[in-house]
Amino acid sequence: MSSIGSGYDLSAGQFSPDGRVFQVEYAIKAVENSGSVIALRGKDGVVFGVEKIITSKLYEEGSNRRVHSIDTHIGAAVAGLLSDARAVINRARDESANYRDTYQVPIPLKSLTERLGKYMHYFTVYGHLRPFGVSILLGTWDETNGPKLMEIDPSGTARGFYGCAVGKGKQNAKTEIEKLDLSNMTCKELVKEVAKVIYSVHDEVKDKHFELELSWIGKETGGTHQIVPQDIFNEAKTYAEEALNDSDDEDTDM
Amino acid sequence: MAGMYTTHMHLPRMVDMKEKVAEFWQEEASLSQPRKHTLQPIVTGTSVLGIKCRDGVVVAADTLGSYGSLARFRDISRLMKVNDSTIIGGFGDYADFQFIMKLLEQQTIDDNVVGDGVYRDAPSIHNWLRCVLYNRRSKMNPLWNTIVVAGRDFAGKPYLGYVDKIGVSFTDKSVATGFGSYIAQPMMRKAMEENPNMSVEEAKRLMERCLKVLFYRDCRSLNRFQIGVVTETESSISDPISAETDWSIGANPSGYE
Repeated sequence: MSSIGSGYDLSAGQFSPDGRVFQVEYAIKAVENSGSVIALRGKDGVVFGVEKIITSKLYEEGSNRRVHSIDTHIGAAVAGLLSDARAVINRARDESANYRDTYQVPIPLKSLTERLGKYMHYFTVYGHLRPFGVSILLGTWDETNGPKLMEIDPSGTARGFYGCAVGKGKQNAKTEIEKLDLSNMTCKELVKEVAKVIYSVHDEVKDKHFELELSWIGKETGGTHQIVPQDIFNEAKTYAEEALNDSDDEDTDM
Repeated sequence: MAGMYTTHMHLPRMVDMKEKVAEFWQEEASLSQPRKHTLQPIVTGTSVLGIKCRDGVVVAADTLGSYGSLARFRDISRLMKVNDSTIIGGFGDYADFQFIMKLLEQQTIDDNVVGDGVYRDAPSIHNWLRCVLYNRRSKMNPLWNTIVVAGRDFAGKPYLGYVDKIGVSFTDKSVATGFGSYIAQPMMRKAMEENPNMSVEEAKRLMERCLKVLFYRDCRSLNRFQIGVVTETESSISDPISAETDWSIGANPSGYE
């Protein structure tokens, strides 16, 4: 890597001569090392899926969650350093509480993303701060505006998406997602696809165990972000596992 | 949760319009004015009634916001569903009650957002309100409300509490605020003596009767009200109900001539 030893990668306070901020690029690397996180925006909501890599069998199931609620009407999934992510999540909750307090309405996703992007960007312009090693996906749904999905990366850049993937399996996940007819699919259909994508991008050689996390917000949930109910979760998981077995069979046939 | 990071001065601060407005007025006030506190309520709500029964708690309040003796706002809700275990009813200054509702609303969101299923039961909310109200009166700047807390505790047992603007709090089988404590409380106590094992439906009918008598007697009341019910499983507040009234009975009472 050209950055190493150049001296320009020691802080986020300085550009390199070719106009890069290496600390931000390293932060993005931290996100790319994380388990895959995807979110799909269908016609009636947004579904989040997380491949949570389990590094020890001694961990209690369900610990270190990567999907969170920011407010009643906003869900988030995070990839990258978990403790950094918590700081970002807490800030997002503070921002939405602050907006609600001031205007007495739930914060629009766009405002939250702007504020949170600004916050994350702040950490990329000073030598005494370290950027967040976190990408965060934010999703919402309401009756008038429909579903919205946005991503903020460690540089503080925010974009809107139809389908989004971050983390290890990002590239593979994106090609899988592109095959889907997202804007015509319902959340119920999407949950299965999200599970399938997560299972298909999981690399069993590199990381043995992982836990699937699914959450959604949409018409189905009445505009409230929540963890996918156990029965629908099981259904999606079975669907994903079967799809994976089928493709394995095809591989061996050849 | 709000303001968690604001003490770290190297972190970006949240844009807070309220803070800016407050700063402006503080500057204005500090020019030479003495400090002022709430001295009397402005827009007020009258009686809130609550009663425990066999399988739940019932709470009721009319929908009037009075401006002095003027019936200024006739369609405001003085009952608030805090969560599935608790409903509160507010007597006194309506703006202060709105402030309290806002605090509770955010608190409920904060609880839900954690996603671990942990919530606050009625005794917790009652105690929290007591803290808030007592704290404010100790600053000689009370929130001008009496609040009835109706709900159930973690064990599922019905709970009915009262807390006023100076922080006095208690629980009872039936509670009433304001003029209701003179007119409705004796009616509720009598009804409970006669029927100690009241059902939710019977309690609702009792509330309606009490509110009707209050409407005849209390000049700051309205014959339009809401009834809230907390049972083992849920809490809900009715749409406004209008009571039939008959003023021809006005000729009957004697002894006031």
